[in-house]
Amino acid sequence: MDKTIQVRDLIKKNLNNPKNRNIDKIMPNIFLLAASISVITTIGIVLTLIFDAFKFFKEVPLREVFSTHLAPLAVNPSFGILPLINGTIITSIIAMMVAIPIGLASAIYLSEFASDKTRKNLKPMMEVLAGIPTIVYGFFAYSFVTPLLMTIIPSLGAKNALSPGIVMGIMITPMVASLSEDAMNAVPNAMREGALALGATKLEVTLKVVVPAAISGIIASFVLGISRAIGETMIVVIGSGSSKNFSFDFTQSMQTMTAYIVEFTSGDAGSGTLGYYSLYAVGLILFVFTLLMNLFAQYISRKYREEY
Amino acid sequence: MGVEFMHERETKNYSNAPMNKSNMNRRILIDKVAKMLFLSSTLFALLVLGVLLYRIGTQSIGWLDLDFLTGKLSIFPEKAGIYGVLLGSVWLMLVVTPITLIIGVSTAIYLEEYATKGRLQTFIKTNISNLAGVPSVIFGLLGLTVFGRLFGLGSSILAGGLTMSLLILPIVVVASQEAIRAVPGFLRDASYAMGATKWVTIRTVILPVAIPGILTGSILALSRAIGETAPLVVLGVPTLILKVPTSVMDDFSALPIQIYYWTLDTVLTPEYANLAAATIVVLLMVLFLMNSTAIIIRNKFQRRY
Repeated sequence: MDKTIQVRDLIKKNLNNPKNRNIDKIMPNIFLLAASISVITTIGIVLTLIFDAFKFFKEVPLREVFSTHLAPLAVNPSFGILPLINGTIITSIIAMMVAIPIGLASAIYLSEFASDKTRKNLKPMMEVLAGIPTIVYGFFAYSFVTPLLMTIIPSLGAKNALSPGIVMGIMITPMVASLSEDAMNAVPNAMREGALALGATKLEVTLKVVVPAAISGIIASFVLGISRAIGETMIVVIGSGSSKNFSFDFTQSMQTMTAYIVEFTSGDAGSGTLGYYSLYAVGLILFVFTLLMNLFAQYISRKYREEY
Repeated sequence: MGVEFMHERETKNYSNAPMNKSNMNRRILIDKVAKMLFLSSTLFALLVLGVLLYRIGTQSIGWLDLDFLTGKLSIFPEKAGIYGVLLGSVWLMLVVTPITLIIGVSTAIYLEEYATKGRLQTFIKTNISNLAGVPSVIFGLLGLTVFGRLFGLGSSILAGGLTMSLLILPIVVVASQEAIRAVPGFLRDASYAMGATKWVTIRTVILPVAIPGILTGSILALSRAIGETAPLVVLGVPTLILKVPTSVMDDFSALPIQIYYWTLDTVLTPEYANLAAATIVVLLMVLFLMNSTAIIIRNKFQRRY
């Protein structure tokens, strides 16, 4: 009896405490303010990129921008962006040629074939691979993978697109593997058991039932992987160098969009020069590229997801 | 007719029984080969990890010692140490940690506890997930323009720290959201039933339960920040800082930056590769410590309801 009264008083006291009431009115606004910082960041990114890129596009005719001649520091500078886009696409293609097969195969192994114990041991190791800073991969590509590849391809340059491409693929593999595995894990077991009961082998179940059912998530993981490859910076800066030639020869140096930005800001492009503004133009294109990829990945996994 | 048809098929199957058996064997064989293929793909990725660690480990042997950790930068490889660089990274973390924790956790609290399901919440959530996909080099451009030039912070620790904070903010928000979401509803209900207001409930009930999860996620996000290079390079963080930073307005250099410049300079001085490898070992050790702490916190303090 005594206790009941105490609790009732306590509740009453809590409810009528004016201090709590007032704080409760203020706090949501403070949190909203914090939440708006992420929105402000996005707006800030878009505005800085557009504002300075605009100055660039005002000065440089579009015909020059979409040319293959890039020489920002020449006496008569030329700002053709195609060599950078070419370099980005080629390194990304090499990376995905490594990341997609290895990542998907690892995902299939972990989700369909591995025992619980093996999975528990292998997954953390894959996470370690994902947690290594990209600068470390860059060092590895330049000081180990390139010399190694040189024994196979003697004409390989000290800076080339092939070796950072491969290393970038290894870096992206855990991401592709873990996202694809999540997608495959979401396929209900009843579907697997149905196919197994009809006499299918595990491989047939995987290729004909699980992968088709999880395909939206798997493709989304590929697209996110490509987006990662396009935005990756340090590996290509170190491994691929800064050649601004437009060529498809991946055994030689190539510059990506990200590498151009790094080279130029750490170089001597002062504020206000055309070269400085070109950074933002390249940054804007890079931003739009990756944003479209990410939106596309979200779209696929939402639109084509099968509900079970 | 139908019965006859079925009967026919059955006999047909029986007559082909030996062929079917060999077909089955083939299918099982393919299944086994495929399994080995999938396993070897997984192991290949891990093999690369092993080679990477081994290579860097052997390259750093003889270079990584106490003098290296406590010495100052020098153009002579034998004398060079990373004391200032190490301190630069520590300073950077001192700026990044409070900023991301406060803003990140507050954002998560807003999204999980206050925001009503609607356009604003969806908008902020979409915005955060897209922000997580923006390349780090773009954050560098943002930092250079806004913090470096507009606010006049140059390439100071503060400018670098603010840039890094924005970069890892989405990771902290998502991790905190998950931690808060994992707090069981009955705890909330019990608190409200006692007459507690929403903020009192968050402060005294939800946050204490969610904090291990928040910390685990935040440490992982911070370990991303400590290894991130591109934004700092874009911000113009210089290579050779001989002075050890003493305040947030000082210029600084960080571990990954030093690895970057030493790697670039291996063409001129091959020993720089060893210095870079030794610095990488230090960086990986720091990351290993941080991740172990995160795992320990997760295992030790995570309560299940």
